[in-house]
Amino acid sequence: MNYKILISCLFISVNSNAFGQGQSIKIGELNSYKVFPAFLEPYKKGWQLALEEVNRTGGVLGRQLEVVSRDDSGTPGDAVRVAEELISREQVMVLMGTFASNVGLAVANLAQQRKVVFMAAEPLTDKIVWENGNRYTFRLRPSTYMQVAMLVPEAARLKKKRWAIVVPNYEYGQSAAASFKKLLTGAQPGVEFVAEQAPPLGKIDAGALVQALLEARPDAIFSALFAVDLQKFVREGNTRGLFKNAAVVNLLGGEPEYLDPLKDETPEGWWVTGYPWGEINTPEHSKFRDAYQKRWKDYPRLGSVVGYSALYAVANGIRKAGSLDADKLIAALEGLQMETPFGAILWRPIDHQSTMGAYVGQLAKRGGRGVMVNWHYADGAKVQPSDQEVRALRKE
Amino acid sequence: MSALEVRELSKAYGGVQAVRGVSFAVDAGEVVALIGPNGAGKTTCFNMLNGQLRPDSGEIALAGRSVVGLRPHQVWRLGVGRTFQLTATFSSMTVRENVQVALLSHHRRLFSFGKPAARFQVDEADALLARVGIQEQAARPCAVLAYGDLKRVELAVALANRPRLLLMDEPTAGMAPGERQALMQLAAALAGSERIAVLFTEHDMDVVFNFASRIIVLHGGEVIATGAPDEVRANPRVREVYLGNA
Amino acid sequence: MSGSAILLQFLNGLAGASSLFLVAAGLSLIFGVSRIVNFAHGSLYMLGMYLAVSLSGSLGFWASVPLAAILVAGVGALIETGVLRRIYKAPELLQLLATFALVLIIRDAALWTWGAQDRLGPRAPGLAGAVAIAGRQFPQYDLLLICLGPAVFIALHLLLSRTRWGTRVRAASQDREMAAALGVNERRLFTAVFALGALLAGFGGAAAIPREPASLEIDLAVMSDAFVVVVVGGLGSIPGAFLAALLIGEVKAFCIGLGYSELTLAIEFIVMAAVLVLRPWGLLGRPLVETRGPGTSQPPLPAPSFLLLGGLAALLAIVPVFAGPYTIVLLTDILVFALFAASLHFLMGPGGMPSFGHAAYFGLGAYAAGLLVLRAHLPMELALALAPFAAALGALVFGWFCVQLSGVYLAMLTLAFAQIAWSVAFQWDRLTGGSNGLIGVWPAPWLSSKQAYYYLTLVLCLGAVALLWRLIVSPFGYALRAGRDSPLRAEAIGIDVRAQQWAAFGVAGLFAGVGGALYAFSKGSISPEALSVPRSVDGLVMVLLGGVQTLSGPLWGAALFTWLEDSLSRGVEYWRAAIGAVILVLVIAFPRGISK
Repeated sequence: MNYKILISCLFISVNSNAFGQGQSIKIGELNSYKVFPAFLEPYKKGWQLALEEVNRTGGVLGRQLEVVSRDDSGTPGDAVRVAEELISREQVMVLMGTFASNVGLAVANLAQQRKVVFMAAEPLTDKIVWENGNRYTFRLRPSTYMQVAMLVPEAARLKKKRWAIVVPNYEYGQSAAASFKKLLTGAQPGVEFVAEQAPPLGKIDAGALVQALLEARPDAIFSALFAVDLQKFVREGNTRGLFKNAAVVNLLGGEPEYLDPLKDETPEGWWVTGYPWGEINTPEHSKFRDAYQKRWKDYPRLGSVVGYSALYAVANGIRKAGSLDADKLIAALEGLQMETPFGAILWRPIDHQSTMGAYVGQLAKRGGRGVMVNWHYADGAKVQPSDQEVRALRKE
Repeated sequence: MSALEVRELSKAYGGVQAVRGVSFAVDAGEVVALIGPNGAGKTTCFNMLNGQLRPDSGEIALAGRSVVGLRPHQVWRLGVGRTFQLTATFSSMTVRENVQVALLSHHRRLFSFGKPAARFQVDEADALLARVGIQEQAARPCAVLAYGDLKRVELAVALANRPRLLLMDEPTAGMAPGERQALMQLAAALAGSERIAVLFTEHDMDVVFNFASRIIVLHGGEVIATGAPDEVRANPRVREVYLGNA
Repeated sequence: MSGSAILLQFLNGLAGASSLFLVAAGLSLIFGVSRIVNFAHGSLYMLGMYLAVSLSGSLGFWASVPLAAILVAGVGALIETGVLRRIYKAPELLQLLATFALVLIIRDAALWTWGAQDRLGPRAPGLAGAVAIAGRQFPQYDLLLICLGPAVFIALHLLLSRTRWGTRVRAASQDREMAAALGVNERRLFTAVFALGALLAGFGGAAAIPREPASLEIDLAVMSDAFVVVVVGGLGSIPGAFLAALLIGEVKAFCIGLGYSELTLAIEFIVMAAVLVLRPWGLLGRPLVETRGPGTSQPPLPAPSFLLLGGLAALLAIVPVFAGPYTIVLLTDILVFALFAASLHFLMGPGGMPSFGHAAYFGLGAYAAGLLVLRAHLPMELALALAPFAAALGALVFGWFCVQLSGVYLAMLTLAFAQIAWSVAFQWDRLTGGSNGLIGVWPAPWLSSKQAYYYLTLVLCLGAVALLWRLIVSPFGYALRAGRDSPLRAEAIGIDVRAQQWAAFGVAGLFAGVGGALYAFSKGSISPEALSVPRSVDGLVMVLLGGVQTLSGPLWGAALFTWLEDSLSRGVEYWRAAIGAVILVLVIAFPRGISK
C-alpha cells in the first residue's frame, strides 16, 4: 500500500520536472500558501491573472512567461531549499514572492549569494531594503515604516496627548511601534505614551489586554494588530467600551483580508491603511477590478493587487532589460516606472523599494460590513526618509 | 565488627509505620533470613538497606561505615549486592551482557567511550555465569529466559562486584522446588567460601529453615523474634502471629 | 494597579482558566486511560470552533454549541476505532505519530471545507453585552465562562466517582491490566473515553467562538496550552488540570495587567518548568504506574551495521557525479536532518528519554555558528567546530533538570526549555536578530559551492552518526541502556542512572549542534524557527517513522520525511494532508518503523 503512495510521489516529482521545457521564461515563485492562506490565495489569483494577461498579449521578449510556484512551508530553512530548487533545477531567471519577514530576508540573502534577482512581494520589514538590503532584492509593498508614516499625519491631526500602543510581538510590530513613536513625537512634540503592549502574534489574550489598556486611560491608541488578533481585540474592545473614549489608528486595518471578517463589529472612525477596493474608480483600478472579478468571480483583496503588480514588475523589468541577465535586469528595474492598479509607481534606485502606496482612511459600517471612508491614496514616494538616512542604513 | 549492623531503623509512609525500631546484625559468612507475613516490612527494610529508601530514623552500618543517605549506586560500591523480588534484568541485553554491565561498573568503566562493551571481560562474565550454572545460556537475550534462570542471572550480576553483603529479596519465588534448594545451596556455599554475609527474605519455610543459620521475624514493622531456626520455631509469639494457630 | 483593576484582571484570568480547563480536561482523561499523547486534541478543538460557527448561522449560537461538541465526539470515536485501536500494542509514543498525522489531515480538511478566511462567530444571544463591575465593563459571556469551567469539573467529578462507568475509567487509568483482568471491556471503554475527551475539546472550541474567531492556526496553539495545563496539573489528574488552568490563566492575565505582555510568549512554559523542577509529577499528579505489557520489555538492540553506513557513504559520495545540483541541495538537508534524528534517537532509544524539545540543541548549534561568524568574526571553519559545544552546554544545563524526571514529564520539560530558548532567541533582538534571525551566515569560499558543502556535510554527518553508533555499543552506551531497561537494577549495580542520562543529554546536544551549525551555513541564515516546536516535532516524527528500536531507522525516517515534504509540497495542493495520510498508512502497516 505505502509503496503505491511512494511511487505516486515519484511520479509527481517526475511530472513537475517534465514541465517547463521549451522556450518560456521561467519565474520562480514561492510563498507560504498553507500558513497564511487568507492573504495568499488572493495573491496567487492576482499573479495568475497578470500572467494570463501578459501571455495573451504575446509574452515578454517574444517568449511566454511561466511561473513555477512552490509552497515554502513558512520557514526560512525550507524556503531557502525551495528557492535553491527553483534556481538550480527549474533554472528560473527571477525569484518572486514570500510573505513573512524572516522568510523574505532569508530568501533575499540567498538571492544575493546566488546572484538571482528577487522580487519580494509581500514582506513588510524595513530591513529587506535597508539594513539587510542588497543589489538583487526589490520590494513592492510599502514597508512598515512607510505605512506608519502614512498614518502619522492623521494621528497628529487627532491632537491626542495620551497614546497607548499595542503591536504583535515580532519584528513588524516592534518596528511599527518604534517608527510610530519617533514620527509622532516629531510631528506633535509633547505627546505621551502611557502604555505599551506587545502580545504574541496570533495568541493575544484580548480580555486582559483591553483591560490593561483601559487602566492606562489613553485618549488614543496605535495598533498594528491584524488577522485573528485584530478580531479578538475589536470584539473585546467593543464589549468593554475601550473605543468610546479613545481614538484608534490601526496599521493594515483596512485591508479586506483583515477588515471583512469583522462584519458588524467593525469599529467606526478608526484610521487605517488598507484597500477600499469597491470605491477606487480610477481607470487603472477599474480595469484591474473588472478583469479580476470576471476571471475569479470574486472581488480583489490587497493580496490580489500585490500578486498582480509583482508579476507585472518582473515582466516589465525583463522587457526593459531586453535580456534575462541579472545585472541588466537590475539596471532595468532601478528607476523603472510602471502602471499598477494603484497608479504609477517607480522603483527607487537607491534602495530598490517601489513607491507603491496605500490607502489611508477611516473605518465605517455599511450594511453590516466594514468599509473605508474619507480615504485618500498615500503615495509611497512621499513617505520616505531622506536619501542620506537610507544610505546610512544600507551602509553604502 | 558485623558486616551489616542495623539500629533502630524506622520508616513511615503517610500515616502508616511500615518499619519501627528495627535492629539486627549480620556477620560475614552468616546466612540470615528475614521473614514475616505480607506487609510486615521486609521489602521496606531491604529498600532502606541498599539506599532505595531513606529511613526516617535509625542507623545502617556496613562494616562499621554508615550508609544512611547514600543512593543505591553508592551503597553498591561499598560491597552490597542485591536481587529483587520481581526480577529486574536488562531485557534488551543478553545474559552475558547483563553480567558485563555489572563488571563494567565494578571496574569503573561506565563512562568509557572506547572498546565495545560486548568485548569487555568476557571470561570473567562467563566464570560468574558458570558459578550460578547458566553459562550455556550466556548468549541468549534475557527477555526470553525462564523465570528461574532470571533469578540466577540476578545472582550472577549481584556477585559481580565481590560483595561483602548479599541482599536477596524472595530469591526462590517462582522456582521449582528442586531449583530452590540448588540456588540456596549455592548462596550458602558462597557465604561460607567467600565470607559473604547473606540476608534474604523468603516465603518458603522449607528454604528458610534449611538454609538460614539465624532468623529474624518481622511483624507490623517490628522485630518480634530473632534467633536460631529451632528457637524461632518454638517461639510462641511467632507461632501466634506468623504461623497462625497451628 | 488599583484594587478594581486587580479584581477585573482576576476575573479575566478566571475566564481564561475556564477555557483552558475545558480543553485540558479531555486531554488528561484520554491520557489517563489510554496513555495516548494526543497531538490532535487541538485539532478537535478547532473542529468544534468551525462547526459551531457554521451551525450557528442556521441554528443559532446556543444550539450550535452542544451539537458541535457531539459531532466532534463522533469524530473522536471514529479516530479511536479507525486508527488508534490498531496501534495500541505498538511501541510507546507511536500513537503520538499517528495523532500528529491526524493534525495535518484535519487542518487541511478544515481548509478545504471552510476556506482560508478566519471566521468570527456570533456573540452569544442574551449575553452579548457587558455588566458593570467595580466601575468597569465586563463581558457577560465571560461570567458564564467563569462558571462553565467549575461546572464541567463538577460534572466530570461526579461522572468519575459516582457512576459504575466512572469506576471503570478510574480503574483503567490506575492499572490497565488489572482492569482488564476484572472484566472491564477495554475496547469499548477506550472508545468511550476518547469520544468523551473529544466531546470536551469540541465543547471547549464551540464555547470559545464568542471570544475568538475560528482559524486554522488555532490547533497547535491550543494543543500546546492544553499539554502544559495537563502536565502542570499532573498527568491524568482532573483536579490537577483545574488547578493548573487557574494558575496559568491568572499568571497570564496579570502579566498583561502589569504591562509585561512580552512575557506571555513563553510564560506558560516558564510556569511549567518551574512546577516540574519543584514537583516532578505536577501539582497533583502521582508517579505513573509502569504499564506492563509489550511496550516495556525492550527487544535486543541490533548491532550497528558500519558496513551499511560505509556503503551508504560510498553511494552518497558518487551521487554528485550523476545527479543535478538540486539533488545535492536536498541531500544536504536530508543528511543534516538524519544527524538531527540520530542524535534525538540516542536520547529516546538507548537513553529511554523522549525529548519533545530537541530542536533547542539544533537551534543552539545553528545560532552559535551564526553568532560566532557574524558577531565574533571567527572564520567559518572555527565557528563550525565550536558551535556544537554551545549546543552541548545548553543540553547539559537543560538536561540537568530533565533527568530528575522521567517519561512524559521529562519530555514536557524538554519542550518547556526549548520554548524558553526559542522565546529568548525570538526576543533578544540585539544579539539574535529577534524574529528575523541572523542573516548572512555563509560558508567559507572553498566550501561555497554546493558540491563542496555537500561533501563536508556528508563527511561530518555520517561520521557523527558512526560515532553515535559506536557510543551506543561502548560501555557508556550499555550503562545508559541498562538505566533505561531497569533503573532499579542499574542503580543496584552501581550505575548512577541520572549521571549517565545527563551525559547522554550532553552527547545528544553536541551532535544535534553539529547538525544545526551545518544547517545554518547551508541556508545562509538562521531564525528562531530552527528551535521551534515544529522543528522538534519533525525530529520526533523522523525517529518514530523510522523506528525507535533500530539504529538506522532515524536515518531512513529523516530521509523519507524530508523527501516527502519536498516532493509533495511541490506537486500536491493539500500536501500536508497527503503527508499525514502517508504517515498514517506507514504507522498502521509498520508499527515498529519502516526500517523493521
